[in-house]
Amino acid sequence: MLSGLTTWIDERFPLTALWKSQVSEYYAPKNMNFWYYFGSLALVVLVIQILSGLFLTMNYKPSSADAFGSVEYIMRDVEWGWLIRYIHSTGASAFFIVVYLHMFRALLYGSYQKPRELLWIFGMLIYLALMAEAFFGYLLPWGNMSYWGAQVIVSLFGAVPVVGDSLTEWIRGDFYISDVTLNRFFALHVVAIPFALVFLVIAHLMALHEVGSNNPDGVEIKKVKGPDGIPLDGIAFHPYYTVKDMVGLGVFLILFALVIFFAPTLGGYFLENANFDPANSLQTPPHIAPVWYFTPFYAILRAVPSKPLGAALMGIAVVLFVFLPWLDRGKVKSIRYRGPLFKFFLYSFAISFLALGYLGLQPPTPAYTLAARVFTVVYFAFFLLMPWYSSIDKTKPVPTRVTYHAH
Amino acid sequence: MTEVVDAGRRHFLTVATVAAGAVGAAFVAVPFLASWKPSARAKAMGAPVEVDISKLEPGAMLKVEWRGKAVYIVHRTPQMLAQLEGIVGELRDPESAESDQPEFAKGAARALKPEYLVLVGVCTHLGCAPLDKFSPGDVTVSADWQGGFFCPCHGSKFDISGRVYKNVPAPTNLPVPPYQFVTDTRILIGAEKGNA
Repeated sequence: MLSGLTTWIDERFPLTALWKSQVSEYYAPKNMNFWYYFGSLALVVLVIQILSGLFLTMNYKPSSADAFGSVEYIMRDVEWGWLIRYIHSTGASAFFIVVYLHMFRALLYGSYQKPRELLWIFGMLIYLALMAEAFFGYLLPWGNMSYWGAQVIVSLFGAVPVVGDSLTEWIRGDFYISDVTLNRFFALHVVAIPFALVFLVIAHLMALHEVGSNNPDGVEIKKVKGPDGIPLDGIAFHPYYTVKDMVGLGVFLILFALVIFFAPTLGGYFLENANFDPANSLQTPPHIAPVWYFTPFYAILRAVPSKPLGAALMGIAVVLFVFLPWLDRGKVKSIRYRGPLFKFFLYSFAISFLALGYLGLQPPTPAYTLAARVFTVVYFAFFLLMPWYSSIDKTKPVPTRVTYHAH
Repeated sequence: MTEVVDAGRRHFLTVATVAAGAVGAAFVAVPFLASWKPSARAKAMGAPVEVDISKLEPGAMLKVEWRGKAVYIVHRTPQMLAQLEGIVGELRDPESAESDQPEFAKGAARALKPEYLVLVGVCTHLGCAPLDKFSPGDVTVSADWQGGFFCPCHGSKFDISGRVYKNVPAPTNLPVPPYQFVTDTRILIGAEKGNA
């Protein structure tokens, strides 16, 4: 009966073929570790955001008169509305946590190196789309921090020579952040960017399944195949990695639920305190800081005492990731076989990223500004000196097979 | 009879079709991109605003809204005006050469009438609202503070004419909007005399 149905479908749509090529006969390295949870988790969070967002749009009103009130209405009057909204707001931060860990995994194991350059570029485009999605979404509650955050970011485009002022007017559709701006940001947040995200995720997965997953040893498993043509160090994604990822998902959902139920604002880090006041164009919050996931770049912006240069450096800090496959001249992929120079620069970069993230949340005192300048230099050194230190580094010999200890 | 495909001809026709289609697509994009510009209603709502300043005490500041921005009107005291010359060395653009303002606002006072300062209260760094910190020595700014405007977001400092200090993130002085005195106690913000 069921197999009859499968046959009927397979003659009209490549169901079994797709399942085999993408899941049950997609061979992934058998030594993938903890760091490999975050790709599948990012996919789950995307689904969570799309579903919770869909239900929020059913009660949210994208106008400057109603937006703040409609969010409070969702929180107080809609059945379970508070849960749906907290899932969505916590999901935004969870998305960035998962994606930053996913990206750091790629830095650790050289997953951006040949032949995975396009896979990496698709991933970076996803990251850029995600930043746009988070930025547009943050205006929608029309709280005072929403308003002034958008004001600060949109006015960055005023730093563009010659056309800056008309460009910011064009983005806002008004002489200030107004009802018009809110309405179009809503359209971008719920239609344009989600479509782009889904399309990019599909492209990212297609590129991944074309070149195959990297692994903690940075060894290409396709180089050593058995007589059946299957990589000796590969195991089928299903059931081995579907089961493993479900364990990771279970742990993730426990943490996710803990935040939603016990600390939905996470002390002002996931939902900023100033956003519980409605937008007010005449009253800046005493201290403007973006949500935590943007603060490393915000700290770079503030560290530079020139607006156009600061805005440019901030943009470059994000975009530099795209060029990693060509900046890295190393002969090995994984941190396990890299030399001391690469380790030093990578760990300095990780520390400076976290430190800039902290400094971006703090008020701009002279001591903090000086610290932000130092860490900005370290941040850029990681990328700009990479062609030098990655080529002269003393690497260790890479094995031909992955290292693996059965449990 | 043998059919021969003229590859050059095919290639030319393909390129010509794609090029014509691209030009068409560019024209179709114009209305969509232009729909993002401020609408007729947004422009109408950005019209000039008239303000009564008869009740503004010396040393006090009034905030009014024009185009969604705060416009600060300060009734300056003689003591405030007296500071303007002494601090020129500490300012980035004391003559307002690179700043956004009408012709009449040149000079240290940056105003039609020196006792009334009219400024757009939007920091030229990233658009925050600078705070009025008029008392000299205000410790919330710094011990050697001379009085003026202070932006709480990124620490930009401006004097009592909205002129920016050196070594702060804001690049230029606070903008002076176009305005005119309709009578001695009424200001029209958003229009200069002559081209209202």
